[in-house]
Amino acid sequence: MRLNGNGMNALDRKLMRDFWRIRGQAGAIALVVAVGVLLQVMMTGMISSLENTRRAYYERSRLAEVFAPVTRAPRNLLESLGDIPGVDAVEGRVQGGALVDVAGQDLPVRAQVVSLPAWREPRLNRVSLAEGQMPRAGRSEEVLLLRSFAEAHDLGLGDELGATMHGARRDFRIVGIAQSPEFLFTTAPGEFVPDDARFAVLWMNQDALEAAYDLKGAFNEALLSLERGAQIEPVLTAVDAQLARYGGLGAYGLADQMSNRFVSEEIAALTTISSVIPPIFMGVAAFLLYIVVSRMVQAEREQIGLIKAFGYTNLEVSLHYLKLVVFIALAGAVIGCVGGVWAGRFMAGVYQSIYHFPYLIFRVEPASFVVGVFISVMAAAAGGVFVLRQVFFLTPAVAMRPPAPADFSRTGALNDRLKRWLDQPSRMVLRRVLRNPGRILGAVMGIAAGMGLSSAQMSVMSGFSSALDISFGVIDRSDVAVSFFEQMPDRAAFDLAHMPGVVEVEPTRAVSAVLRNGTQSYRGGITGLITEARLNRAVDAEMNTILMPEHGIVLSSVLADILAVGAGDTIVAEVLEGRRPVLELRVAQVADTQLGAPAFMHIDALNRAMNEPGRISGAFLRVDANAYPRLFDALKDVPSVAAVTRQADSRNAMKELMDTGAGTMRYVMAAIAAIITFGIVYNSARISFGEQSRDLASLRVMGFTQGEAAFILLGELAIVVLLAVPLGVGIGYGLSFLVAAGFSTDIYQIPTGFQPEAFGVAGLAVVGASVVSGWLVKRDIEKVDLVATLKTRE
Amino acid sequence: MMIDGDPATSIAFSTRGLTKTYGQGDAAVHALRGVDLDIPKGEIVVLLGPSGSGKSTLLNIIGGLDRASKGDAFFEGKNLSQMSDRDLTLYRRDHVGFVFQFYNLMPSLTARENVELVTEIAQNPMQVEEALQMVGLGARMDHFPAQMSGGEQQRVAIARAIAKNPTVLFCDEPTGALDSTTGRSVLHVINDVNRRLGATVMIVTHAAATAQMAHRVVHFADGAIRSMQENAHRVSPDEIEW
Repeated sequence: MRLNGNGMNALDRKLMRDFWRIRGQAGAIALVVAVGVLLQVMMTGMISSLENTRRAYYERSRLAEVFAPVTRAPRNLLESLGDIPGVDAVEGRVQGGALVDVAGQDLPVRAQVVSLPAWREPRLNRVSLAEGQMPRAGRSEEVLLLRSFAEAHDLGLGDELGATMHGARRDFRIVGIAQSPEFLFTTAPGEFVPDDARFAVLWMNQDALEAAYDLKGAFNEALLSLERGAQIEPVLTAVDAQLARYGGLGAYGLADQMSNRFVSEEIAALTTISSVIPPIFMGVAAFLLYIVVSRMVQAEREQIGLIKAFGYTNLEVSLHYLKLVVFIALAGAVIGCVGGVWAGRFMAGVYQSIYHFPYLIFRVEPASFVVGVFISVMAAAAGGVFVLRQVFFLTPAVAMRPPAPADFSRTGALNDRLKRWLDQPSRMVLRRVLRNPGRILGAVMGIAAGMGLSSAQMSVMSGFSSALDISFGVIDRSDVAVSFFEQMPDRAAFDLAHMPGVVEVEPTRAVSAVLRNGTQSYRGGITGLITEARLNRAVDAEMNTILMPEHGIVLSSVLADILAVGAGDTIVAEVLEGRRPVLELRVAQVADTQLGAPAFMHIDALNRAMNEPGRISGAFLRVDANAYPRLFDALKDVPSVAAVTRQADSRNAMKELMDTGAGTMRYVMAAIAAIITFGIVYNSARISFGEQSRDLASLRVMGFTQGEAAFILLGELAIVVLLAVPLGVGIGYGLSFLVAAGFSTDIYQIPTGFQPEAFGVAGLAVVGASVVSGWLVKRDIEKVDLVATLKTRE
Repeated sequence: MMIDGDPATSIAFSTRGLTKTYGQGDAAVHALRGVDLDIPKGEIVVLLGPSGSGKSTLLNIIGGLDRASKGDAFFEGKNLSQMSDRDLTLYRRDHVGFVFQFYNLMPSLTARENVELVTEIAQNPMQVEEALQMVGLGARMDHFPAQMSGGEQQRVAIARAIAKNPTVLFCDEPTGALDSTTGRSVLHVINDVNRRLGATVMIVTHAAATAQMAHRVVHFADGAIRSMQENAHRVSPDEIEW
């Protein structure tokens, strides 16, 4: 092919002009491609940035790989822990719970206090100072405060802080604001959800902390790092063995560390989304490209015939149209790549503040560019190939004749039955549908997929709020939960009952334990409940209270799944407290729970097993709403109280967790799915109008009113929508299980089930989009120039 | 070009100072420049003239497809220029049949159904079968347009136009896309319709030979009527020389 002076052959110039002519539609399709590529580039980049940042931050701070809590172990034991094969470094520290008074808070805030060695940096779990300085040796009143908590309460250097530790009240001064990879997410013990404002971390001098907790010359948590390539399991076993006689509470790895688990869950959720969503966009783009180019080839059949008559080969003509398709896809992919980097940078800022990383540099994953461009070009080409078949089959002579009327004779079979109850316009609608089942199906599938995606997202969101309603309204009907530093005689519940505003008290006993069934295990706890609990209950699927059995254990459904057991099976519970009994327990029943993965026993049975009769570790209270301030005031003065939690706060924290981070994505996805749905609906209407403008003009000439003519056009759209909505409900229902499973963790489960309102809203949105599209297209019918349309050949 | 007599009884159409201008200023195209015309009922009128002479524009305006820029067009004494869009639609629905060069059939409907499209909304339609038999397609009623030749399609279009028992039949280049044999048979059908239904027929065409079958021939040039003559001796379409 010879080129002209511009270095561009004639076909290419035609291409450029064609592209310009269909720029509106091409732009819309390129945008769909762009959104897909953008999400792909952004999310893969985000995932790898989060992982890299986490790794770098962990390494820089020398975060321990093994955490081994213990009741009280002598410092000289650290040396022999360091001798365990595979252990690289060891650090022993003192840490404990405290209640912090924060001005303006009626409720004391739970805190974890962590020791810092004097005169040196900690070997493991170093903290980074955001401002201020480290506590000076010998200054027991100087503390570092966790940055996220400081920011949540507007605390700064020099501020005073009162805390109750081990029953004694002390005053501290904040000398530094610190960050630590150990506390990216802060979660109070026994709670499911991280909450910056309701859990504080303080660092102070080891001497002072040893004194406060009566642990002179001892430690109550060992931190270990491993040599490169070392296996963690044998180390855990060896550490447990060494710590056993000092009251070891069970060593665990970084994977089970609360903060790290949250980060992992978020990254996993992002990974799930990033593998599901972008392909949907590519599919939609391919479908739209197919429709647009197919229309174009139809309209240009004469030109194609002419070009072929000149002696261009099928391949050259096909390449011409393929170039157009690929050009659109490439334009979209480039916009998507640029947008992805930009969006990634923006999201990095958002994620940094959510995850409390000291820095988060958005790092583009170069492979994602390649994948994004490749996938979009392939999707576009797939859409194009179907069209190119039409080009191949056009012979020059056929192309030069006006198109024969579209052949509907094969759709005539239904005639006799249909005739009785369908007028001509309805038959036209139906025949068009029957003649182009593929295209109608494509539109139906596209709309249904879009609707399914948004309804699944919404269904999961509303499923989650119903989970909250069930968890905090039905399962847990208490207003306040109180826990003690250590187990107390059961008369402590009686004391609570006499505190201001308390209407009802229900004692509970919680122990931490590892539950096992063969190789399956879960590190959690067992909650002891009274026979027929009224405030915090275990419930069956019908939300009826499960009566605590004399023997055996009741597992939450999630835990039963994790352990792969059902009612009647036997599990092993290794209790990590007290005399550390190992219990063989029959699963009496499986309970329906939505938050956490709890296990329940009768409180008396649990106490018997612990050999500690009549003990409680906390209580659930029902409280007169007006009495909260007085009650909290009174509880502050009870030295044995470790934590007071208002259930409303837990609920809000849970809700907030769902709405941030990966949760934000759900809203974005629902919105994007809605936009795509509208795009397909509108495009279908427009294409149908483009194909039928001549028919519509004929009808108008024959004396059909605008409304009657519009019926034929919109009838097709109506059929598409009528088919798409139920299908969309089906797809959405199916997808909701996938989405819910993707977002569910053992920390919280997103229940799935038919959420009528989600599907109702999504269905209405589709119908609304159709009405708007129909209205937009009907305006075009009104503008049709009857004479011009009828006198030009197609 | 006016005809004497009671306009309400003997005149199908009349126009007075009918003007149509497209565009404005220097770019303005004067399609009609003040046309005065009376068309008696029941006649076949052929409008002849070169492209752009205004004959189609006239047809479109009195057919209720377009509006005049100035002047009046009357159908049986009613002023089309003052009708609303809805009234024009009803006018087309109840009185007018159209036949175009490109047949504009609904590809998704059979011949019978294409005709039914009209009989379902018309006030006084004939039987569908009757309309199709008149155009000689009684045997092909259940065929789709894709299964018919161009001449057959045009005959379906005519059947569709006449099935409502129209007061007037407008044909814009009805044989323009057809060969001479087929074209002749289409003209035959049109002639038949005029004879049997008494409908006024207006044909716009380039083919001067068509004029031989008309009662009246109007010559257009530059948006105005150049001449009008009555055919003293009409020729059957079969005998028309192409």
